[in-house]
Amino acid sequence: MNPFSSGTRLRDMIRAIRACKTAAEERAVIRKECASIRAAISDNDQTFRHRNLAKLMFIHMLGYPTHFGQMECLKLIAAPGFAEKRIGYLGLMLLLDERQEVLMLVTNSLKQDLNQNNQHIVGLALCALGNICSADMARDLAPEVEKLLQFRDPNIRKKAALCSIRIIKKVPDLADNFVDPVVSLLKEKHHGVLLTGIQLCTDLCKVNEEALEYFRKKCTEGLVRSLKDVVNSPYVPEYDISGIADPFLHIRLLRVLRILGHGDADASDCMSDILAQVATKTESHKNAGNAILYECVGTIMSVEDNGGLRVLAINILGRFLSNRDNNIRYVALNMLMKAIAVDAQAVQRHRATILECVKDLDASIRKRALELVYLLVNESNVKPLMKELVDYLEVSDQGFKGDLTAKICSIVEKFSPDKIWYIDQMLKVLSEAGNFVKASVWHALVVVITNASNLQGYSVRSLYRAIQISRDQETLIRVAVWCIGEYGDMLVNNIEMLDIEEPITVTESDAVDVVEIAIKNHSLNLTTRAMCLIALLKLSSRFPSCSQRIKEIIAQYKGSLLLELQQRSVEFNSIIGKHKNIRSALVERMPVLDEATYNGRRARSASAAVSTSLEFASNLSNGVIARTDVAPLVDLLDMGADEPVPPCSSGGNFLLDLIDVDMPSSSSQSGTTQPQKSGTDVLLDLLSAWSPPPQKGSPTTDIILLNQDDKPSVNALDILSSSMVPSGEAKPTGPYMMDLLDVFGPNPATPEESGPTFPPIVAYESSALTIIFNFSKRPENPQMTDIEAMFTNKSSDVYTDFVFQAAVPKFLQLHLEPASSNTLPASGYGSITQKLHVTNRQHGKKSLVMRIRLSYKLNNKAVLEEGQISNFPRDL
Amino acid sequence: MGIRFVLMVNKQGQTRLAQYYEYLTLEERRALEGEIVRKCLARNEQQCSFVEHRTYKIVYRRYASLFFLVGVDNEEVSRAHTFTIMCPNELAILEFIHLLVETMDRHFGNVCELDIMFHLEKAHFMLEEMVMNGCIVETSKANILAPIQLMDKAS
Repeated sequence: MNPFSSGTRLRDMIRAIRACKTAAEERAVIRKECASIRAAISDNDQTFRHRNLAKLMFIHMLGYPTHFGQMECLKLIAAPGFAEKRIGYLGLMLLLDERQEVLMLVTNSLKQDLNQNNQHIVGLALCALGNICSADMARDLAPEVEKLLQFRDPNIRKKAALCSIRIIKKVPDLADNFVDPVVSLLKEKHHGVLLTGIQLCTDLCKVNEEALEYFRKKCTEGLVRSLKDVVNSPYVPEYDISGIADPFLHIRLLRVLRILGHGDADASDCMSDILAQVATKTESHKNAGNAILYECVGTIMSVEDNGGLRVLAINILGRFLSNRDNNIRYVALNMLMKAIAVDAQAVQRHRATILECVKDLDASIRKRALELVYLLVNESNVKPLMKELVDYLEVSDQGFKGDLTAKICSIVEKFSPDKIWYIDQMLKVLSEAGNFVKASVWHALVVVITNASNLQGYSVRSLYRAIQISRDQETLIRVAVWCIGEYGDMLVNNIEMLDIEEPITVTESDAVDVVEIAIKNHSLNLTTRAMCLIALLKLSSRFPSCSQRIKEIIAQYKGSLLLELQQRSVEFNSIIGKHKNIRSALVERMPVLDEATYNGRRARSASAAVSTSLEFASNLSNGVIARTDVAPLVDLLDMGADEPVPPCSSGGNFLLDLIDVDMPSSSSQSGTTQPQKSGTDVLLDLLSAWSPPPQKGSPTTDIILLNQDDKPSVNALDILSSSMVPSGEAKPTGPYMMDLLDVFGPNPATPEESGPTFPPIVAYESSALTIIFNFSKRPENPQMTDIEAMFTNKSSDVYTDFVFQAAVPKFLQLHLEPASSNTLPASGYGSITQKLHVTNRQHGKKSLVMRIRLSYKLNNKAVLEEGQISNFPRDL
Repeated sequence: MGIRFVLMVNKQGQTRLAQYYEYLTLEERRALEGEIVRKCLARNEQQCSFVEHRTYKIVYRRYASLFFLVGVDNEEVSRAHTFTIMCPNELAILEFIHLLVETMDRHFGNVCELDIMFHLEKAHFMLEEMVMNGCIVETSKANILAPIQLMDKAS
């Protein structure tokens, strides 16, 4: 006898586990038990098989691996006794992982048990099949299950019905076989059979349009009658829950009527009486009654229009909203959110109550209510709603502020009636929850301020006031510092006062104080402090009286350990000290940032960020971050002061263009498109501009001197200055040239080395879907081709579960890498990429050819597209 | 109903029964249970019984030292526009939890954590008679318990 296999009793094992004081002790006990169970398994010990499996179930529940017990389950299932079978099936359902071979082995046992005469054994087998059935099993065992739908014992019929649901979900083709049996199930009186029969009917309707039509014609009346019966039934002790006979059956019936009535006026008519009865007569003091009312409201909202019923439903929701029970309020909010689509006006009536729910103590309710408020906002009510939300922002708890801020910002951007209101609201949000405001939001604010020429003075003064009160909101500080740098003179001289403003007296040194405090605040991050330095430089020219003081502040950072600050400080110091003649031209006000360009760019980067997978995004992150961060910072130095406005802003765009150009090549390394060439040229220009090592004086002076007579390098320096701020965060140690190279990603020389190149092709194009193939060859192996496939979806619907499959003839070998994502956004916003490696063993003799198959889900319906690609370039 | 799992957890957050109606690996299960338990146990009596977590909506109810948690599909995450989509009825799930507890009460007589621990397989059998493949099979306590009592008599 194996020394381990004596084993403890189940009870003793549980006690031992309970007695464990630490996780380590527990692990030790489990390890010992598992060892003895494994030993028993390898001995093929029959006496304790039952007990061992029970132990394994317990161990499994605690979250330890138990896969080694799966075969034991099969042995128990194959045993003749009911007790063994029962624990065997239970173990199978719990311990099973999706290993196909185990499932295959069990199919035979299931088949035998389904054909047994003992209804309990049949029940066990059905239950197991219902829980673990795979598509193969479904095909094998569907006939048995179908037969069992007519079994003599109702307890078997109900289980067979649920088993059928699993089968039709796994193999929708089998749905037809179950339509007729369902019709007879729906006529039964046994609650369990009726309940499951209705569920099966519901699922058939979901997978099969024809079945839906069929049931709508044949069964609507019958189901309405069933609902009437159960609503009016006398007291049935077995099914009674707080005075209502079987609320679960009520709900199931209401739910199937919802499907049958949706989009069909006749069916909706047929059920309107009983819906009205349920809506008015159901007892609403207990949870069970409310559950039915809730379901009934949902059904009324989705069946075809019946004004009277809708009023009834909205009123029920109104009552729910004022209920003291949080659960009821939660579901009311949930339902109102959907009711907006049907009857927005009616929902608006409850706005005040909903707004109260935003302030609820319960996070779940707050979240729901906030989402609902978001949907309720429109041009006419935005001002009062926003006041409430912003007021609440002050007192809301930290965990909720992020959500709330995001929603407020999005509402303000969408619905602001005028710019001054927009600026006011944004300032409030920045002062209350600046740290939760996303970068894109404050960038947009800066863009708006630069565009509102009559509000710049007002903005900078409001910001100055705000920053006196809340000093710990970094985003507020950034915007304030930026505006003070730009419009400092308006702050001091009260230029462009609006009537509504109170005049304030700010001296020049007050303004410098603000920036000085910010730059000395070590808790602020590098970008903010770099912005402070730039603002100081600008102020040094705007406020001649403070020039000396500013110079001293800037000089303090000559020794900063943060390279970015140190470098800036040295540059600015020499601008202030040695180049007074050009300084004022250098630090002129920023040109107006173009709103349309900014918004477009923001939308693009947002969709890019959403559509690309992690890996892809990390490739692009340089580009994306630079895009959003750079926009407002572009041309802070404004080197092209002697040029008219266009070249300056094009300098900024130029960088963005470069990054744009760079993106495809960093992900595929295959593009040899024209724009990249020009990127290279500019880089070379830049390098040549830099290559003479500065002999005397600081590099900055050199470059500025260069700027004066050399037009291309104006752009170059713009690129330099605007790229430094964001990239400085990531790589504070790189010298100039390295940074620049980093911005450009891979060495631009590579395309020349990679041998012959092929233009990309449109491999497949259907009404909505386009596939583009980019090719690259490996010089070391001419047989190999790397293809990057890019999928775009031009339709207005999102494709989910997108899978691309390809097949090639024998002379080719194909290897597919995982796709970047399986969700394809709508309207061409973003795309999926997937890499393919093809080896052509008949390289030079035959060209590539490929059959493809695309499967995806459109509104949860599976769609399949197939095609052949034969337009590959030759010699691949 | 689209029930995706049923969990019973004690006050200390230890799982006492777990039944999943979809396949999750061991690691996923452990992580999920940990997250959910942390979320739900931190809530107080006044807060509502529904918590949204990842793609689940969790409906929970506390009975003495035992928490019953049921995870259902959260249709908000999967897709939401029309009413025809089967959104979960949270109140009904709450009622279902109560039915489950009453059924166990009837069998064990004032069910407690230890009953479930030491009779794990029976608790599973009961649940099996009530839920199959994520759908409610039976709501009559007598019908649910009949096969279990038959079994007890036989052994």
